[in-house]
Order: sequence, then structure tokens, then C-alpha cells
Amino acid sequence: MSQNTRPHNDNESWDLIIKGKQGIFALHLKDLWRYRDLLFMFVKRDFVSFYKQTILGPLWFFIQPLFTTLVFTFVFGNLAGISADGLPHQLFYLCGITAWNYFADCLTKTSTVFKDNTNIFGKVYFPRLIMPLSIVVSNLVRFGVQLLLLIAMMGYFSLYPMPNTSFQLTEGIFLFPFLVVLMALLGLGLGLIITAITTKYKDLTFLVTFGVQLMMYATSVIYPLSYIQPEYKKWIAWNPMTTIIEAFRYAFLGKGEFTTYSLLYTTGVTFVVLFLGILIFNKTERTFVDTI
Amino acid sequence: MPRTVIEVHQLSKAYQIGQIGTGTISRDLERFVVTKILRRDDPFLKVGEVNDRTVKSDSDIVWSLRDINFDVQEGNAVGIIGKNGAGKSTLLKLLSRVTAPTTGEIRIKGRIASLLEVGTGFHPELTGRENIYLNGAILGMRKKEIDRKIDEIIAFSGCERYIDTPVKRYSSGMTVRLAFAVAAHLEPEILVVDEVLAVGDAEFQKKAIGKMQDISKGEGRTVLFVSHDMTAIHALTDSVIILKNGECSKRMPTDEGIQQYLASNLSQSSGKLIRKSDGDLYVERFLINSDEVNYTQIPSGDPLRMQFFLNKPITAQEASSLAFYVVFRNELNYPVFTVSNRYDAHAQVSDSGQVQSIECLVPAMALAEGKYTAKTWMAFKGGFCDEITDAFEVDVLASNFYHTGQMPIARKHGAFLLNQNWTLK
Repeated sequence: MSQNTRPHNDNESWDLIIKGKQGIFALHLKDLWRYRDLLFMFVKRDFVSFYKQTILGPLWFFIQPLFTTLVFTFVFGNLAGISADGLPHQLFYLCGITAWNYFADCLTKTSTVFKDNTNIFGKVYFPRLIMPLSIVVSNLVRFGVQLLLLIAMMGYFSLYPMPNTSFQLTEGIFLFPFLVVLMALLGLGLGLIITAITTKYKDLTFLVTFGVQLMMYATSVIYPLSYIQPEYKKWIAWNPMTTIIEAFRYAFLGKGEFTTYSLLYTTGVTFVVLFLGILIFNKTERTFVDTI
Repeated sequence: MPRTVIEVHQLSKAYQIGQIGTGTISRDLERFVVTKILRRDDPFLKVGEVNDRTVKSDSDIVWSLRDINFDVQEGNAVGIIGKNGAGKSTLLKLLSRVTAPTTGEIRIKGRIASLLEVGTGFHPELTGRENIYLNGAILGMRKKEIDRKIDEIIAFSGCERYIDTPVKRYSSGMTVRLAFAVAAHLEPEILVVDEVLAVGDAEFQKKAIGKMQDISKGEGRTVLFVSHDMTAIHALTDSVIILKNGECSKRMPTDEGIQQYLASNLSQSSGKLIRKSDGDLYVERFLINSDEVNYTQIPSGDPLRMQFFLNKPITAQEASSLAFYVVFRNELNYPVFTVSNRYDAHAQVSDSGQVQSIECLVPAMALAEGKYTAKTWMAFKGGFCDEITDAFEVDVLASNFYHTGQMPIARKHGAFLLNQNWTLK
């Protein structure tokens, strides 16, 4: 009942201590685990609200990659005549787009997490990291659905092969789960860094929208890495996404340039980016409501 | 002695006010160098000052809360009261971990849940049922827990019929009911509530207050409650903390706290009349029991004479279209009674042809002990023309009104003293 100015008795066990400053490695991972149900609620919400009051419903997941593939085939394949590494053009682009879209969606959607959720973050506490994680998982569902489209198209082209082209599933498919995780974490890590910085400096928001588009051209989505002249190739290879796309294409279609070294490099970059992302996000999360 | 479940120690929160824009990078760099590399105190926090929103200052750092200390024991229901900008919401935000304190700390035992604004995270496209799950999870419930309570939650909300309809089709009242129902079934050890009762109809407010009483009194859980509604504070809490310009008072019993809070508000508003007026005809000054004051003390049962002087004379003929009201409110800001020239069948108008003063005599202020605040309201020629909120305050003192030595207490027995005849046969 009395006013309390005496020093704390540290022998008592407290469930929660809210302090002004805390170590940068206080990540509250236990909290994250306790709120795991929330993650799936968010995923379900994203999925259900996506197709409510639409006629085509989940079919919309197919339409975007399908049309992009058609346009790419026409513009880059027919007009510009860029090589598809001896693969059917449609398959070549669809494969790249499916993988790239997953990465790009993870990146762009997590990069606005603070901005989009100011309202809810400003009212109630839950481990903030749940939100970007749920975005990554939601997009994974979407990615899975789009993968079905790729498999269907692979089936079509093996029944009705195009002249002078060939493709095959390779042992690289065992790398597939690993590649998906890499894409998700790389997108997540970059997104976390960007969203944390944009709570104070909004400049980056503008960069992200067209930056992701431009980055696609610096990644071997619309051209095979083997098609690039050696003096440019080393620059493109610096981009960790290039290795992922090439490995992905090798796994499904049998054409792609990557080495164990480039995979290790990509993995290294991914984890460094992710680690930095989580630290910065975690630091910003505590007071971003005051500055956004 | 019950164990302490919340301990707030030297808690402070500074905010930067004004624009956050260019110059932030250089400033952030400077702060980083000073605090992280030179390991000194943050230079920008030194210039901070007490948060009084009415005083202009050069500093753009304010302390929304400064060195707050208090602790709360298990089962307490504590009200937090204070004017706008006193730091109430900041305190709740810190308690519910929406934002982190600048310095100091809060220690908590048990699960804490906050209802800063109900319905947070409701998704308009999802149905009521889906939203119960989503909102419950946001508030920290596990899915199993919600599964177990879903029927109870739906029944409490009273929205059975609409439960599988998207929430966007709900009325705002229904949304609040649903949201409060979820929150009320959280079962945290500590519940933090902010002004949720302002919405919803009377029936639901009663239900909500009842539920919160159950939580604090019946189930022995701890409740922190922030509100401007003194009636709700009175009903729900057993002690209060008053926040003023970011500093907190010591904890005191609710009755005492409310009185002190209201008294401090009154003393602030006196001296300067808050009025709404069309500017043409208004009350220029007034006398209470022949003194030009805005506070008076009278024993209950004594007369009260009020004289109001207009800024200009009106004709006796015009005076017939003048309506003058004085509304008296009690400490909880509830109207108690009103006097008006329109209620007096024998109201007199001067013969001289000119009217400039309005007089009212209440022969006996038959009221229980307490403070009553008067508002004047005047209409002329069919339209509103002048209003003075909190024009003056009458402090009715206990007296031997009934000549029995017995005196009812306003808060318990009501405000009025009426003559009465009893027969015991």
C-alpha cells in the first residue's frame, strides 16, 4: 500500500521485468514459442481473407505467375531472343518466377510489418516477431500452391515435348527444402532490417518497391547464368539469390550453374542477414510506437 | 499481508514532441556516440521537463512519466485517474509492454493482459467465431483454452445469431460486446483496462462492470483500471492513484482520491469562466449570497441567493422570452437539481421597464453534505445565448437539518433532505 522507493528485493521471483534498457540478445524466444498458436491464426486469417468474396477464390494464386510467364515468354523469349538454356521457355520462366516470387513476397511484405501493424502493435503486446514469421509461412502456402502449377506444366511438357528442348528432374530435388528455407530466411532477414529502419527513416520504403523489381534483373530469373559473359558473371554471382534460383532450376529442370562454394556462400550470407535482421528488429520493436 | 504482484520503481518515459524529420540522423549519431562509445548519459534527455501541455517551451523532449513508484498487491483493484495528458495511457502502455520505458522498471508476477482498446486485431472479413480465435490468440490465449471457453464467450457477448457472419456486418456495439467477451474470459492474474466501458449500451456496460467486479472481488485477481468516469471508478476500485503532469500521488482510498482529484480540477477552473456564448447577451458577473465569489459554504437547509447581472439591459417585454437555468451537479458530475425562472409560476418582472439583473432565491438548500457545482444556461428570444460551465461551487456543510442530530451521507443515502412524517404504531 505504501509508496515504494526502497531498492528491490532480488530474492523474489518475478515472472516479468520490464526495463528501460535490455541486452541486444534478449530475444524472448520462450515468449515466441508460447504464442505459436497466434502464428497459425495469422496464417489462416491471411489465407481466408484473401479469397473471401471472390469468385475464383484460391485460383487467383495461379493467375499472376501464369500471366507473368506468358508475358516473359513473349518479350524475353520471342522478341529479345534470350536463351532459355535449352529448356522450354515457359518452364524456364515459370520456374524462376515461382521461386523469385516467394523471396520477393517475403521481403516486401515483411519490410512493411511495422508500418502496416502500427495499430495493433500500439494496443497489445505479443512477440512482434510472430507477425513477420506468419508472413513467411502464409507465403509458403501460396508458394506451395504455385509449385503445383509448375509441376502441372512440367507434366504437360513431358507429354507434349517442344522440339529442341529437354528437361529432367534431378537429384538436386533433395536440396529443395533447404533452398526454400534459404529463400524464406533471406527475404525475412532483409525485410526485418528494412522495416526496422523505416520506422524512423521512411526513405527506404520507396527503395523497396522498385528495388525488388530491379533486383530481379540482377538475379538469373529471366536469363540463365551460363548465358552471361564471364566479366559480368562474377557480379551476378555475388547476389545470393542467383545461386538459389540456379539450384532451384537445376533441381526441377536439370539446368543451372552453382557450386558447393556458392551454396555455402549463400547460406552464410543468409544467416548473417537474418541474425542482423532479428537483432535490429528486436531492438526497434520495443519503442517503435513512439517514433513511427 | 497479500503478496505484491506489481512493483513499479522509478519509472520514467520521455517522448520527443514536435516533428521528427530531417536532422534525426545526425542527432541519432550524436546520441549513439555519447551513450555507446563515451558511455555518458543521453544528452537529449537532460533537457526534458515536466509535461504540462498548456505551457509552451523550447525543449522538444517531455517526460510523460517521471519517477513513478507504486506497488499493487494481489486482489487489489486500483484506479488510475488524471486529466488528459497526465500520463495515464503512457503508464498503461508501459505496463502492457506496447512500448518500453526510458528508465526505471516494472516487475510483475503472473500473467498480465491489457484491454487498451477492445477489438484490436479484429479482421472485418472473418466471422465472429473466427475473430474470437484470432483475438484470443492475440491476447495470449492458447487455442485449446479458447476451444474450451468458446460457448461461454459467445453467450456472454449475446451475439449468437451473428456468430458466423463476417464482423464487418456487425454494428459497432456488437463488435465491442464480442471483443469484451473475449477479453473477459482471458483469466489473467492481472488485468489492465482502459476506458472500454465508454461504448456499448447501458445493459452491456452494467454487464461489463459486473464482470470486472467478479474478476477483482470474486476471483481475487488484480485489476488496474483507467477511466474518466468517476462512477465506474467508484464502482470498481478500492484505491486510486492520481497522475498529474507525469507525476503520481500516493495510493489512497477511492473516495478520498476522487474527492481530491475533483477538488484539484475545480481550483484550476476557478478564476477563469469557461463559457459558450453568442456574444450578444451574456452574464457579466454574479453574486452568491451577496458576495462576488465562485465558491461558497452554507449549512444545509440555509437559503441560497443568486444574482446574475447581464451585460446590457433588456426591456420588460423582452424579458418574458428569457429563460434562465442553473443546473447543480454533484461530485460525480451527475445533475442533482435545476432551478429556473420558468419553473416559478409567480416569477416577477420589474415595473421600471428595464431588466438587467436576474435573481433567484432558494429558501432552503435541503441537500446532504457535499460539493455541488452550478452551471448557468440562458436562452433569449427562443435561442440559446449564454452558458457558464462550472460557474460557481456550493459546499453544503452538515447541519442539524432534521433537528434529530441525524444526517444522511450524500454518497450512500442520496443528495436530498426531504421533510417527512413517520408513524410507528
